[in-house]
Formats: sequence, structure tokens, C-alpha cells
Amino acid sequence: MTVEIIVCIKQIYDLAQIKIDTSKRPVTEGIARKLSDFDRNALEEAVRIKEKHGGNVSAVIKGTKDAAKEALSMGADEAIVYNVDTDSLGTAYMLAGLIQKMKYDLILCGEASIDEYSFQTGPRLAHALGIPALTYARKIELQDGDVIVERDLEKVYEIVKTKLPALVTVTKEINEPRIPTLIQILGASKKKITELSPSKPDAGVETLSIIAIEMKRKEVILKDVENLAKIIMAEK
Amino acid sequence: MIFVFSEDNETAFEILSEANKLADSSKSKIAAISFGGTEDDYIACGADIVFSINIEPHEDSVVEGISVLIDQYKPETLLIGSTKFGREVAPGIGQRFGAGCATDCIDFSKDNENLTVKRLVLGGRFITTQRFLRKPQIATVPPGRFEKNINKSRKGEIIKISFKPAKTRVQVMETKKKVPQEMKIEEANIIVSAGRGLKKKEDLKLIEALANVLGGAMGCSRSIAADLKWLPEEHWIGLSGHKVNPRLYIAIGISGQVQHIAGIRDARTIIAINKDPNAPIFKSCDYGIVGDLYDIVPRLTEILKKKS
Ligand SMILES: Cc1cc2nc3c(=O)[nH]c(=O)nc-3n(C[C@H](O)[C@H](O)[C@H](O)COP(=O)(O)OP(=O)(O)OC[C@H]3O[C@@H](n4cnc5c(N)ncnc54)[C@H](O)[C@@H]3O)c2cc1C
Ligand SMILES: Nc1ncnc2c1ncn2[C@@H]1O[C@H](COP(=O)(O)O)[C@@H](O)[C@H]1O
Repeated sequence: MTVEIIVCIKQIYDLAQIKIDTSKRPVTEGIARKLSDFDRNALEEAVRIKEKHGGNVSAVIKGTKDAAKEALSMGADEAIVYNVDTDSLGTAYMLAGLIQKMKYDLILCGEASIDEYSFQTGPRLAHALGIPALTYARKIELQDGDVIVERDLEKVYEIVKTKLPALVTVTKEINEPRIPTLIQILGASKKKITELSPSKPDAGVETLSIIAIEMKRKEVILKDVENLAKIIMAEK
Repeated sequence: MIFVFSEDNETAFEILSEANKLADSSKSKIAAISFGGTEDDYIACGADIVFSINIEPHEDSVVEGISVLIDQYKPETLLIGSTKFGREVAPGIGQRFGAGCATDCIDFSKDNENLTVKRLVLGGRFITTQRFLRKPQIATVPPGRFEKNINKSRKGEIIKISFKPAKTRVQVMETKKKVPQEMKIEEANIIVSAGRGLKKKEDLKLIEALANVLGGAMGCSRSIAADLKWLPEEHWIGLSGHKVNPRLYIAIGISGQVQHIAGIRDARTIIAINKDPNAPIFKSCDYGIVGDLYDIVPRLTEILKKKS
């Protein structure tokens, strides 16, 4: 059985590089962007499943064309990119709108995007499409039209099974995403990128502000261990 | 009406106390959703009404059950425990009702009619304020964020709800228990934490010895718990691990990436031991010492042993 896989990917700013302006707001101009960490795991897993079972991997990406190229060099067969900012409700409406027109057996998302850390898009999209969501996967297997997932929950690992089509969200532990080779990067330029501009959907929440959390610390550098021990005795 | 749900009872108790604060300003009734056995406790913790649903709770049936109640009672707000279970239920309900949801809210207020929340974003370095644009307003609340408030003399109403959930599409084949852990790192006054600066698992002994002299608990970075699996998840500190507030936090061989710092913001004093003078941890600590942990930690442990 070959599988049609769709991977949902968000391009994000490199969080460690984000600067702060005088009003403590984040400054993102000129900051490098990358595919959100867990989304790279989702894409890697999609490519591995395709390598095993045959089929096709389509990446649906929020971001720039560079993000699409990166996904294609990691092994996606085609990419759809768009760049509309909204909340989780709006994102799920938009993704469902795009994906409804595509063929799919399996949809993969990250458990969360690392800038928003919302854990919402996967379950929402599954609801919007009327398919089951299996979250927090650390292992995925396909077998006779079923997907079997090992979920990493707080106190247990839970092995669950459902019929395809289904949506699975993956954890960082599921695999080690590949670094594309030069040949793969060059090969990617032949693959298809479709740029779309869906209209801005209704959102459920609006962002009023984003402010850096200040942590005032003393930042004293000590020279010797004796001194450190004294401070520890005083602080404990 | 404000709905409160968490399959984790302690978290439900905590949210009920926060819901009461929100309700004071709006005179809303608070309704807790129970899947059996917890009705009286919910009332003692602040529920005016408990909807008691007698079904096998899993993600799909809970979404369905709460949806039935939303259709009937039209709550303006739903507060849901931010466990992995809750974080699947909340957006599921949100999508079903065309409603927004804010994950891991740490602060709630009212802006006229609308709920306004604060949550951490961008690796936990920033705090965002968000306002709901439509109803119901759904927010998830991290376990341990608020304090429960028990009063056994409180009165409330229990309403039994019966409905038949659709057949689940997801079949659970097996559950494997994780190694259970007694420790609650959130409760430790002193935490000595290990990072990737350690070369091998056995070297955790150095960290443990220091923690023991100080009567503290051992913590670690994500790398140690998630990638290397040298310590169970209970020790994992940071944005995706545990958020702690000890009097003293000692970070050893931890670089101090934003996501780690997000877990230790509330520590009173942070000490760092790292061999790289440019490690970001030195910008987030009170006292730091630049050097090889294999040299510093054993010496420090010896000195402290003599002092105590
Ligand atoms: C969405 C997301 C969530 C995350 N959540 C968390 C989280 O909850 N908690 C968390 O910790 N991380 C989290 N991370 C990962 C985080 O970004 C870092 O990768 C991680 O904290 C690094 O761990 P570390 O400091 O142990 O390792 P490294 O970054 O590799 O640092 C090792 C440090 O040890 C020092 N060192 C090496 N040898 C010695 C020596 N002999 N003596 C002294 N010092 C030495 C080095 O100078 C270096 O600074 C998250 C990441 C993402 C994307
Ligand atoms: N705008 C988006 N476009 C495509 N995929 C997305 C988008 N936002 C989130 N995702 C996917 O949903 C996952 C969870 O994101 P979040 O709900 O933002 O934490 C991510 O890991 C992605 O796989």
C-alpha cells in the first residue's frame, strides 16, 4: 500500500537570536528563520514512511519560499507555501481549506510549534477534517490500512491504533531529522512549489502585546571555589 | 457560566479556585465537569454546579460530552487543565464551536466583557497578552499554577447527565507504565542541575553528591532527560519540563538556552558552573564560576561537606 502523506510545517524565527527593543518588544527584522523543530521531525518521519511504503509527501508550509526549498531538500516531493498570520482557529480553518482539496491518508504535524507552543493545530485540523487525531507520537507504524502509534503521555506510553486517514502529531524524540546533502539541495530545485495566498480567516483570539520577561540577576563572576562555597552556605 | 474540566483532579481543584476569582467580577456560576466520583470535592473547591457524566472518558468522548453541555448551557468561558489530555480536548472543542483557545495561561483578567489572558511565547522569553474575540472563550491552565481552596461546608448542585458517546475510532492496544517517581521537583528548596557538560551517565554521581550535601534535589536539562535519557522526566526543568522556584538553583554544565531558563525564572538565587565564559547561562545567573565542572564540583562538595 502506498501512502499519501501531508506534513504541516511552520517557519519560525530562530528564537535564540531575537533581540529586544527599548520597549522590550521582540525585534525580528534580519533574524534567521528555520522550520520549527518538531515540524522537521514530522517531515523526517513522513519521508521515512514513504521510503518504506512508497507514496508521496506533500509539505504545506506557512512561511517563505526558502522554507519550501528546505522542506523539499529534506525529502518532500512537493510544497505548498502561504504566509498568513492568524491564531490557531484561523490556522486550522486555512489548513483544512487547503488540505480538503488534496489527497491524503496520513497528516503529520509537530506536537507544538516552538514559538507559539500552543499544541492546538493538530487536534483542531483533525476535527476540521473529521478524522481522528493521535497526539504525542514517539513511534509510528502503518499496517493494513491502520496507523499504530506509540504515544508519550505523562505517566504511560500508550499504543493506539486507528484506520487511515488519520492525523498524528509527533514529538522531538521520534527521530533525528536528516541534514540534506548538497545533491539533495540541488535536486530540490526541480520539485514543485505552489505559492498560495488564502484570505485571512476568522480568529478566536487577538494578541494585544508581546513583552520580554525581565529577569534581573546579579551576574557576578567568582574567581574561586571557596568563595562560591561561602555564597552557597549563605543562600541555602 | 464558567466550565471547569481536568481529568487530573488536583488541577481541577486549582482551576476552580481561579475560576472563583474570575466569577466574582461577573457573577457567573461555576460548573465543574466530572466523569464520576469527584462531585463533592469539586463543590468543596468552588463549583456551584457539578455536571456528572457517566461515561468512559477518552479524548473523543470528553469533547463530545462537554459539547453537549455547551449546546445546552452556553458557557462564556471554559477553563481546562493543561495536561496532554486537556491540551487535546480544548482545541477540539474550540474547532467544533469556531472558538479560540489560549494554551497554558498563567494569568486571567477581564477586559469589559472579554477574557484576557497572559501566556509565555517565543521560547518562554516573552509574555503575551491575548484577548478573546468570540465565545466560548477556552483557556488551558497548567497544573500547579494556582492554589486550591477547600471549604467542605460549601453547597452546590449535582446534575447527572446521560448521553451515549459515538463509538471511539481509536483503539488502545497497550499501555506501558513509565518508571514511577516519588520526587516532586517543584517542591525542592535547593536544586542541583546537570546538563550536557557531563561526559557520561556515571558522572551524575558528582552532581548527586553535591545535591546530597546540600539536602537538595537533582534536576537536569532537556538533553539529559529527553535525548540521553540519563534521568527520568521528573528531573527535567524548563519550558517543556518542570517549572521550579527553589531558593537556590545550581546549573552545572548547562548552557542556559532560553527554554531552560523559562523553567527557573522564579528561583531566588541562580548559580552557574560552566567552562565557557560566553555561555548564555552567565547572563541569567546571580553567581557564576568559569571552569571545568570535573574540577570544581568535587572540590565544592568537599568544602561544603566540611562546613555543614
Ligand atoms: C520547544 C523546545 C522546548 C525545549 N524545552 C526545554 C526544557 O524544558 N528544558 C531544557 O533544558 N531545554 C529545553 N529545550 C532545549 C534547549 O534549547 C537546549 O537545547 C538545552 O537546554 C541544552 O541543554 P544543555 O544546556 O544541557 O546542553 P548544551 O547546550 O550542549 O550545553 C552544555 C554546556 O556545558 C558546558 N560544558 C561542557 N563541558 C563542560 C565541563 N567539563 N565543565 C563545565 N561546563 C562544561 C558547555 O560550555 C555548554 O555550555 C527545548 C527546546 C525546544 C526547541
Ligand atoms: N500556520 C501553520 N501552517 C502550517 N502548519 C502549522 C501552522 N501552525 C502550526 N502548524 C503545525 O501545527 C503544529 C502545532 O502548532 P501549534 O498549534 O502552533 O503549537 C506545528 O508543529 C505544525 O506542524
